[in-house]
Amino acid sequence: MNLASFHNSRVVPLDKTSRLSVADFRRAVVDRVARGWRLAALFGCPAADRRMGLHAVMANHDAPQLAHCSCEVEDAYPALTPDCMQAHWFEREIAEQWGIRPEGHPWLKPIRFHASHRTGNDAWNRAASDPILPCVTDFYQVQGNEVHEVAVGPVHAGVIEPGHFRFQCHGEDVFHLEISLGYQHRGVERALKGGPDRKTLHYMETLAGDTTIGHSLAYAQALESLAKRHAPARAAAIRGIALELERLANHVGDLGALAGDVGFLPTASFCGRLRGDLLNMTALLCGNRFGRNLVLPGGARFDVELLLRSELLERLEQAMGDVRNAVELLWETPSVMARFEGTGRVGHETAVSLGLVGPAARACGISRDARYEFPSGIFHFAHIPVSVWPSGDVFARAYVRWLEIERSALFIRQQLESLPVGPVFNELSALQPNAMTVSMVEGWRGEICHVVMTDEQGRFRFYKVVDPSFHNWMGLAMALRNQQISDFPLCNKSFNLSYCGHDL
Amino acid sequence: MLKIIRARFRQGHRTLAYPRETPKLSERYLGRPQLAPSKCGKNCKRCMEKCPAAAIQAGDGKLSLDLGRCLFCGDCQAACPSKAIQFTRDHRMAVRARQDLRLNGAEYALAKALDEKARRLFGRSFKLRQVSAGGCGACEADINVLGTLVFDLGRFGIQIVASPRHADALIITGPVTQNMVLALRKTHEAVPPPRLVIAVGACAISGGLYADHPETTNGVETHLPVDLYIPGCPPHPLTILDGLLRLLGRLERP
Repeated sequence: MNLASFHNSRVVPLDKTSRLSVADFRRAVVDRVARGWRLAALFGCPAADRRMGLHAVMANHDAPQLAHCSCEVEDAYPALTPDCMQAHWFEREIAEQWGIRPEGHPWLKPIRFHASHRTGNDAWNRAASDPILPCVTDFYQVQGNEVHEVAVGPVHAGVIEPGHFRFQCHGEDVFHLEISLGYQHRGVERALKGGPDRKTLHYMETLAGDTTIGHSLAYAQALESLAKRHAPARAAAIRGIALELERLANHVGDLGALAGDVGFLPTASFCGRLRGDLLNMTALLCGNRFGRNLVLPGGARFDVELLLRSELLERLEQAMGDVRNAVELLWETPSVMARFEGTGRVGHETAVSLGLVGPAARACGISRDARYEFPSGIFHFAHIPVSVWPSGDVFARAYVRWLEIERSALFIRQQLESLPVGPVFNELSALQPNAMTVSMVEGWRGEICHVVMTDEQGRFRFYKVVDPSFHNWMGLAMALRNQQISDFPLCNKSFNLSYCGHDL
Repeated sequence: MLKIIRARFRQGHRTLAYPRETPKLSERYLGRPQLAPSKCGKNCKRCMEKCPAAAIQAGDGKLSLDLGRCLFCGDCQAACPSKAIQFTRDHRMAVRARQDLRLNGAEYALAKALDEKARRLFGRSFKLRQVSAGGCGACEADINVLGTLVFDLGRFGIQIVASPRHADALIITGPVTQNMVLALRKTHEAVPPPRLVIAVGACAISGGLYADHPETTNGVETHLPVDLYIPGCPPHPLTILDGLLRLLGRLERP
C-alpha cells in the first residue's frame, strides 16, 4: 500500500494525506513495522460527528523517510498491539484520552490517570462522577511461594520526579517491573489546541525542563515549516550549539550520577560540578541555564558575538579536559566496570520490537539518530556520526553517552569557529491552514517528535508531542527482568527518562 | 588509586566562596525585575498583553507584577517603550509572604529570618524533604545542584533527607497536579511538627504557566500554609540558596 511519504519538517496539506479504512490502516502500520519501520507517533484526534481520527507516523531509518496515514473510528477498533508491540503504550494513551477501546489489547490500562477528553466516552466504562485515583489499578502479579511485591513511589528518596514502580520479586530477583506514571500530568497537549499564542513557546520550554532546547527547537521547526520560512543559517548554527550543549550537560550529569549509584564518588563529584559548568555555558548564550528564551520560531533570540564566542570556546576546552579526566576514571576502575557490565541488559531484538530511541537504542546496537537519518536545521550541513555500542547493558548506555559527549563537543567547537554571518531571526508569517507537519529533533534522550495539524484559520487543530521517554519507559521495565532489585537505581539512572515529558 | 588521586588534584577545589563572594552570573541573566510605574504611558498595556503568565496588571497609571507568576522571559521588558519594567541582575528574591511578591515599584521585602525560637531549632541543622508535585523538573534540577560540591549545601547544616519523618521542612516544586494532591498531603503529615513549607518556582507558588489548568491546583498554597516563597522559572540555584540562608538568618549581609 502506498502512503504519502515526506521528510522531517515538511508540510503536507491535510487533503493529501492517506486516509484509509480501519482494516487498511491496521495493515499499513503492521506491515511497515514488520519490515523495520518504527512507529514514531500514534494518536487520536477528533474528527467530524464525534468520530475519532487515528493517525500514525512511521519512520524508516534504513532508507530515511516518514510516512503518515489515518483512519476514522467510533468507540472501538481492533488493536494494533497484538501484531505490533510498538503500539502498546500509544494505544493505552488513545484509550485513556478519547475513550476508544482498542479491542484485543493485552494490557489495557490508563497511563496518566485522567478523565477522558470526550466526556461520556470512557474506555473502561467508568462513570463521569467516579474519582480517578493515580495508579489505583490492576498490576501484573506473579503468584507463588516466597514471591513478593515491592511498591515504590510516587514520592521517592531523592530529589526526583514522581512515579510509581511495582516489582514482582523472588528474594532479591526481579521477575517483572511495572511502571505507572501520570503524577506530573498537567494538561499541556490540551492547552495547546487553538494556538500558537503567547503561552505556547513556554509550554514547549517546559514539556521537559531538562530538554528545553530539544522541545522548543522541535516546535520552532514545526512552525517554520508551516509558515514556509527557514530560520537564518546563523540561527540554525546557534540552535545546534545549544542542542549539543544540552546533550553534553545531561550526559555528563548522567555519567556522574551513574558513578554515584555504584558508590564511585570521585567521578560523581567531578561530573556534578562539570554539568553545572556546561549549563552555565548555555546561560552565557541566553541567560538561563536550561536554555529558556533562546529558541524562537523563526530563529534565535540572542546572537553569539565575537567576545562570547571566544569565552564559550575557552570554557568548552577547559570543561572537556576535566570531563575526560573524570570520565576515563570510570572505564579504568574495575569496581565500576564490574557493576556496569552485564547489568540491566536489553537485547537487540527487544529494543527493536519496543521501538526504543536515543542512547538507550544505540546502546543495543541499533544505529538510529534523527540528526543523521532525519536531519533538520544545521544537521543538514554538519553531520555527527552515530555512536553505537552493542552490549545493551548499563555499561553500553554509559559508554554511548561518553562517545556522544566527544562528538558533541567537537561539533560545538566547529560550529563556533565557523558561524555563518547574517541575522539570527526571520519574522514568520501566518501558518498554512489545513496542513500537517512532523517535526523531529534528536534530543539528548532520543527522538523528539511533534506532529502539528492546522485548521482553516491556520491555528492548531491538534498538537501531538512524543517525548523520547514515551518510547523508552518500557525498555527500563525490560532491563529489570532477572536483575537484583538493588540494581534498580543504577538501571533507572542509565535510562534517566523523563516523567514530565511522558506525563505532559 | 594513583590515577584517582591525580584526578583529584587536577579537578581542584571548586566550592564557591558564597556567601562571602557572589559568583558572576551571565550578562544575559534576568534577575529580579524593577518597576517604575511613574514612567508608564497613559493607559499603556503593552507589557500586560505580552505576558504569557498573566503576571502583570497595567493601565490607569498603575503597574504591578506578580513575581509569584513570572516566568522571567523578559517579554514585558522588550515590549515596554518607556523602560518601566527593567530586569536587574539581582538573584535575591525569596520572601516570607505571598503579597510581598507583588511588585509595584516600592522597595522589595526580602525574606526575614525565622523567630529566635525557630532559629534555635533549625538554624544550624535544617533537613529538607523535597516533593515534586507536577511541573517540568527544572526546579528539581536546580535544587539538586545545591548538593554538588559547587554549592555544598551541607556546609550550612542544610541537608536533603530521604524520609519526611527525618525532615524539618518540605521543599515543594510544581503546580500540585490533581494526581499529586494526596501524596503531597500524606508526605506533609509525615513530617513531625514544628514543620515548615517552602514553595520553589512559579508553579509551586501560583500554578505558574499551568495556573487554572483543570489538571492542576494552582500551587502549594491551595493545600498547605507556605513559610518561604522562592520565585523563578526555575529559580537560579543561588536564588534558592539565598532564600534558605535568609530564612535561617545565616546571611551576614541582609
